[in-house]
Amino acid sequence: MSDLLIELFSEEIPARMQAKAADDLRRLMTDGMVEAGLTYAGAAAFATPRRLTLAVEGLTTESPTLREERKGPRTDAPEKALAGFLRSTGLTKEQLEVRDDKKGQVYFAVVEKPGRAAADIVAEVLEKAIRTFPWPKSMRWGTGTLRWVRPLHSILAILSDEEGAQVVPLDVDGIASGDTTHGHRFMAPDVIKVTSFEDYAAKLKRAFVILDPQERADLIHAEATNMAFAQGLEIVEDKGLLAEVAGLVEWPVPLMGPIGEQFLELPPEVLQTSMKEHQKFFSVRDPATGKIVKYVTVANRQTTDNGATILAGNSKVLTARLSDAKFFWENDLQTVRERGLEGMAAPLANVTFHNKLGSQAERIERIAALAREIAPLVGADADMAEQAAKIAKADLSSEMVYEFPELQGLMGRYYAEAAGLPQPVANAAQLHYSPLGPSDDVPTEPVSVAVALADKLDTLTGFWAIDEKPTGSKDPYALRRAALGVIRLVLGSEVRTDLSEVLLTHGREILAIKSKLDSAYEAEVIAGAAQEKLLEAQTEVLATASGANKEKLKQIAVNLSAQYNDAQQNHSLLLNKANEASQSACCIPPLLLEFFADRLKVHLRGEGIRHDVIDAALPENWDGDIVLLVNRVRALQSFLDTEDGANLLAAYTRASNIVKAEEGKDGVEYSLDPNPDLAENDSEKALFAALDAADPQIDAALKAEDFAAAMGAIAALRSSLDTYFEATLINSENQIIRRNRLCLLNRIRNLFARIADFAKLDG
Amino acid sequence: MTAHLATDRPRSFQEIILRLQSYWAGKGCAIMQPYDMEVGAGTFHPATTLRSLGSNHWAAAYVQPSRRPTDGRYGENPNRLQHYYQYQVLIKPSPPNLQDLYLGSLRAIGIDMDLHDIRFVEDDWESPTLGAWGLGWEVWCDGMEVSQFTYFQQVGGHDCKPVSGELTYGLERLAMYVLGVDHVMDMPYNDPDAMIPLSYGDVFKQTEQEYSRWNFDIADTDVLLRHFEEAEAECARILDAADDDPKTGQRIVMAHPAYDQCIKASHIFNLLDARGVISVTERQAYIGRVRTLAKACADAFVRTTAGGFAA
Repeated sequence: MSDLLIELFSEEIPARMQAKAADDLRRLMTDGMVEAGLTYAGAAAFATPRRLTLAVEGLTTESPTLREERKGPRTDAPEKALAGFLRSTGLTKEQLEVRDDKKGQVYFAVVEKPGRAAADIVAEVLEKAIRTFPWPKSMRWGTGTLRWVRPLHSILAILSDEEGAQVVPLDVDGIASGDTTHGHRFMAPDVIKVTSFEDYAAKLKRAFVILDPQERADLIHAEATNMAFAQGLEIVEDKGLLAEVAGLVEWPVPLMGPIGEQFLELPPEVLQTSMKEHQKFFSVRDPATGKIVKYVTVANRQTTDNGATILAGNSKVLTARLSDAKFFWENDLQTVRERGLEGMAAPLANVTFHNKLGSQAERIERIAALAREIAPLVGADADMAEQAAKIAKADLSSEMVYEFPELQGLMGRYYAEAAGLPQPVANAAQLHYSPLGPSDDVPTEPVSVAVALADKLDTLTGFWAIDEKPTGSKDPYALRRAALGVIRLVLGSEVRTDLSEVLLTHGREILAIKSKLDSAYEAEVIAGAAQEKLLEAQTEVLATASGANKEKLKQIAVNLSAQYNDAQQNHSLLLNKANEASQSACCIPPLLLEFFADRLKVHLRGEGIRHDVIDAALPENWDGDIVLLVNRVRALQSFLDTEDGANLLAAYTRASNIVKAEEGKDGVEYSLDPNPDLAENDSEKALFAALDAADPQIDAALKAEDFAAAMGAIAALRSSLDTYFEATLINSENQIIRRNRLCLLNRIRNLFARIADFAKLDG
Repeated sequence: MTAHLATDRPRSFQEIILRLQSYWAGKGCAIMQPYDMEVGAGTFHPATTLRSLGSNHWAAAYVQPSRRPTDGRYGENPNRLQHYYQYQVLIKPSPPNLQDLYLGSLRAIGIDMDLHDIRFVEDDWESPTLGAWGLGWEVWCDGMEVSQFTYFQQVGGHDCKPVSGELTYGLERLAMYVLGVDHVMDMPYNDPDAMIPLSYGDVFKQTEQEYSRWNFDIADTDVLLRHFEEAEAECARILDAADDDPKTGQRIVMAHPAYDQCIKASHIFNLLDARGVISVTERQAYIGRVRTLAKACADAFVRTTAGGFAA
């Protein structure tokens, strides 16, 4: 057994690529070595800005010898056959063995593939890994053709055991492997010779390099937290930033610095975003006030002045950056003061939302109308919902959001508050984008819910209207997320609504049928007026004119007539267009509802609800009432989870299969009401009685939308059904009895169908 | 090293430039002079754009006055100018120790590596107008970007073989940092103890005002639009000419004169942009037109001797 250490030392690797690269190196090497016949006990990979490192423990020293036997031709076979066999095995006749076989003496070739030394295999696999490494972006440098993320400088590759360490010989485009590396770029740049992973990690640490990114991140987090705590402050947690910063340094030294007084009035999120985006600083908060008061930057080195120069430089850059942010903030507030939020939103009339769906301003108008319509359903004040929708996107034309797009919504809330708008309206500016992902909170304040729903429904209807639906992995407008958002908003606020109606109305709106109808109507009026004028003119001409004048006037009449025809044609064209649009508007709701149903399946999968249960519970012409559907689905799922449920499903399937089979055979439908008087045995009579009892119960339960009760009523049928099937032969010799029994089974089938389409359930 | 810091620090803007010049000259670069045309960045100098093409080796360093009309602030903004200087180094093929050479240049202008935090932060460079891109970093000194460091992969649509290493220093910003100045106009241009000490403002405040006004409000857009089209047409016409010159009987491909027209078109586009007469959609179209010229010039250059063409 030996241990393998590999280090690929390069110029600075982008932070965002390091973790995956370390993992890729581990995967490519271990897969390749195992494929070549080696085994190992464990492997770990690490990355710093300048190196990818892999440590493999307990690697076998060589791959096993492989012995292969091949049967050749009989010894008395023609020379040609033997020659072919020798060629294919690469052996001479003398090297073959002659063995006795059933059919006589036969040549055998025994080929031994000797095992290969680990070093040879490692060298081969490593070279291939380097040449085919899956960097997201790679480059060439100097005169070479080798590609790496940035110039690759050295390859350290050693196999070590109790005897010592040996370099795995390897040369990739002039970069020869060795047993040396370098420490920190500035603090310990000299060559370091290593003999094992432990030796390597320890020597690197002495040379100011912490190899393990997790260790660097932990260190940054601990020191930053301590420094803040010592001053009664706290770090604003940011895991993504922590990982990124840990990828920018080999020797992390957190330093805490002040934020100029003049910036402390900026919203904390603005400070945080500006510092994070531009400078990769952590924000430090005063827990008493919630304000960001300091920052932590992470330097890549210690200095004799304990970071004073570094901190001074960083503070200076921060001041310049925050001056910009303050400038944007003050300009935006001035706009709000002078022109209000609607004034701030005015430029959105010139911003295209989508070239087929008009400008942002037009979209906002539609959302406002829709929010107003939805408001009563979610218990929101209609005026407030409309007002909120009108200003919710105003911040998209603020300077701050132009600079920091990720602050959209949040700045809207600040600016709405500054404008003195009611708090629910201001909150909606921020919350109407929610929920953004499956883990994002769903707004509950009615005004926010109304605008959030209107926003998403407008997006969905719009893109369905122009036929830009998500396909496969492509969903550039995040329509799946929008649909999931609608589902979660509806379920969160228990909105009972016929979505299809809302979608249809809104679809019509979007397709601007109204305006097209209007123009068609206008054209008709114009055509009508033209016709009247024409008739008048004709009469007048014929009555008054004579000679040449008459000819000239006739010509004018002909021209007018042509114009009239044009107008009429135009009219029918517009009418056609309007009809077409009206028809496509009608297509939107069913297609979109299907999409919602699909999204619902994904959403409910988390609760352990199966796809087929949703399919079964989905009515044929679903109206889009998500709350009702989900209640039905949940009741059905819990019913199926009981023993009664599973058993009844089996009974249903049996009844349904028999009816289907017999209907198929006889070519008729057994859909008549079964006659209880034809019941022959007690179990049959009992089943009739049970069905008669269940019917009104199910009616009442469905009316009350109490699906659990409806399922309970069905569950009560279990024993009657079981007994019936045990005691009764459906296909009786007596045709009248047989038909009646088939109709009885059909009645059972229909009863089940009132609750769900049980045929769609898997087994 | 810390000990001589006090005396080792440059005292003026021009001293930083002189030190960079002598440093890179000492490393074997040909010190070129600025290109005598209006350009947006040092990369446009033919010593970079054209010389990064083809197989011939090359090493050049130079100051390039650069103009970005939209960045004009009438000399009021502490660090934004419509006319500023870039220091540009291009070495082909990129030497293996280019990072060390670069760090040496920072030491040469008085940045003490023992006190400062230098970082190479991912920043991939792309010039849509030149049809060029490369991978590299922006170099941070204590959180401030002081240079761009790029390994050219493609220029004018051609793969760079060998690859050039390009360094670009924003001179004003770098100098302000080294000299500890907060407003560019306050920066000493020559030595503060000179017979007649001049600040950056003494030299450039007025021109910033004049050009800001002209760029934003006065430049005749009709004339500019016409010049753009003329430059575009002239570039194509030059490249259409036969390789063989009937007068001298020599093969003379006119890559450089054609490229001048490309530079001209590019700068006129920047001026039109500053005048606000180019819409978002037109913008892409104009950039595409300049790129077409750049590519045609690159195609021509690789057919010249300097571009590695062997008859």
